Amino acid sequence: MKAVLRLTMLAGLLVAAPVRAEPPAHTCEVPAYLLTSESTLPKVEAAAKPGGKLDILVVGSRSSVIGVSDHSAAYPNRLQAYLKEKLPGVEVNVALELQVKKTAEEMAPTLEQLVTDKKPNLVIWQTGTVDAMKQADADDFRNALDEGVAAMQKAGTDVILMNLQYSPRTETMISGSAYLDNMRVVAQQHDVPLFDRFAIMRHWNESGDFDLFSASPGMELAKRVHDCLGRALSTFVVDAAKIKAADLRIQR
Amino acid sequence: MTSVADPIAGHPHADASSHVSASRASTRADAVLFPVAGTERELRLDLFRGLALWLIFIDHLPPNILTWLTIRNYGFSDATEIFIFISGYTAAFVYGRAMQEQGTLVASARIFKRVWQIYVAHVFLFTIFLAEISYVATRFENPLYSEEMGILDFLKQPDVTIVQALLLKFRPVNMDVLPLYIVLMLFLPPILWLMRRRADLTLALSVGLYALTWEFDLHLTAYPNGVWAFNPFAWQLLFVFGAWCALGGAVRMSRILSSNVTLWLCVAYLLAAFWVTLTWYIPQIHHLLPKVIEQWMYPINKTDLDVLRFAHFLALAALTVRFLPKDWPGLKSVWLRPMVLCGQHSLEIFCIGVFLAFAGHFVLAEVAGGAGMHALISFLGIVVMSTAAWVFSWYKGVTVKGGSRAKRSDADLAGGEA
Repeated sequence: MKAVLRLTMLAGLLVAAPVRAEPPAHTCEVPAYLLTSESTLPKVEAAAKPGGKLDILVVGSRSSVIGVSDHSAAYPNRLQAYLKEKLPGVEVNVALELQVKKTAEEMAPTLEQLVTDKKPNLVIWQTGTVDAMKQADADDFRNALDEGVAAMQKAGTDVILMNLQYSPRTETMISGSAYLDNMRVVAQQHDVPLFDRFAIMRHWNESGDFDLFSASPGMELAKRVHDCLGRALSTFVVDAAKIKAADLRIQR
Repeated sequence: MTSVADPIAGHPHADASSHVSASRASTRADAVLFPVAGTERELRLDLFRGLALWLIFIDHLPPNILTWLTIRNYGFSDATEIFIFISGYTAAFVYGRAMQEQGTLVASARIFKRVWQIYVAHVFLFTIFLAEISYVATRFENPLYSEEMGILDFLKQPDVTIVQALLLKFRPVNMDVLPLYIVLMLFLPPILWLMRRRADLTLALSVGLYALTWEFDLHLTAYPNGVWAFNPFAWQLLFVFGAWCALGGAVRMSRILSSNVTLWLCVAYLLAAFWVTLTWYIPQIHHLLPKVIEQWMYPINKTDLDVLRFAHFLALAALTVRFLPKDWPGLKSVWLRPMVLCGQHSLEIFCIGVFLAFAGHFVLAEVAGGAGMHALISFLGIVVMSTAAWVFSWYKGVTVKGGSRAKRSDADLAGGEA
């Protein structure tokens, strides 16, 4: 019975524990290993020349934006801002193609046409969330990724895959691991960079940059997270495309 | 060289009532047809089932420091394999003996009673799950996760959802093991009936079904879409294999198990698996993995119990049996006692583990997060599971001492262990 008593006391302590202290001012640093990729982005590298034009298309589901109508604070827009800053003299344009509530299997057939129409240098394909929520078949998911990436590469664009958000509150309800694994595998098979949004956001949550558990954080937290995602993504793109930002500066 | 086929519990509580066990042993002495006899509980089975339950609990929590202790980070297979194999082993042992002593009909009835218990446990867990997410659904508003919160839409149509849950088709995350267990147990009577007559044929049929599953993609559908996370058509192989080992297979395999060739094959395979797993966590060494192997190997399918996973489990089991003798004194040490106790009350402890995982998520979300808290919750969860197991054992000990009434219910309790 002693053990039970001790346990009760511990439980009491747990409840009495003070509410988490405010996180320190956010820096949202990302460890280098999460922002490096062995795969390269040759089309982006070719486009990102002084006076050049870099067109990026983000294809994604609802977690690529915040809210319903105003997408200015979401990461695609922030990516554009950060890339413009990093690549002076390059005309950077990030477009967004939302495919709400679509699984990878539903998105994949549309991708080739999208690339043919919009002729981007780079497509950032954010997917997996809807599949995980619907518990889509893992094999179907991987095949859809496989076909989608191949079709886009064939249509003449670089591709980056972006995986799920780290969402601690819904972890008991959404099991993402199979989808995270498959995205990693397909990225390796096609030699395309994988932007590990899940690991990055989890890192921020654990290091105290953001309290992603917070029950009612309001709009502000969402905006800051997307700003940080945009910044991390810009670093990732520049790094994977092996663009020497310093060169661009000198030539300007 | 001992093997897993050495006798396990004739009696669930051998230490508390050795006189009962002794008398039982004598009545069973003439039952030479049955390959298992003896009175001492096989503590290794309890130990590893307890371990599997702990690992399943830790794996159900968000990743934390303790997660690095779980097997799945060091190879292909994980705690589920251990759990299902040992469940098959003990079920065959307990109900096999019941079939021998009480006849097929009575034993089958007891198995169905057990199935009912597991089903009720599953529904109970579902209720707790519903309570938790209903709470989250009404309190949680984060524009960052508006997409993910769509998962709660099913709450809008409880008429469909709850019925589908009762039909075992709608299974939220972490609630996949019990439905698999229910289906496997439901088919235990015919499996056992045949196994006691033609053990090798039964195993061959099981392998055949496994092969057909892969060839023709047999599966059970889930609600709202997708398939069962653990495909019973495939996972039955481990369960039947466990039963086959219990009914004498392990004894016949003992020569293979004790050969040095097996030893080195197992070691080589485990090291190779470990190396592959390392490439998942250390991307820098990923390029060392040849593309050909990668394409042949991936994906390692958990739903259909990939051959690589099954082989990994076999290798682990073979090494365990070889290096952990049945009579190792450590099995009775105070330090391993909590794990052994948990293994002896698997259904109860499994349910408590799932419940604690829900509760742990809840505490992390509502009270405090952070790595320290994570580790503390994992640790406390294991303490709670062990304490509960200890209370169950204590209670059972008391009721067994209680006399004739207890003696009558004893058979059920023994069945309750399977």
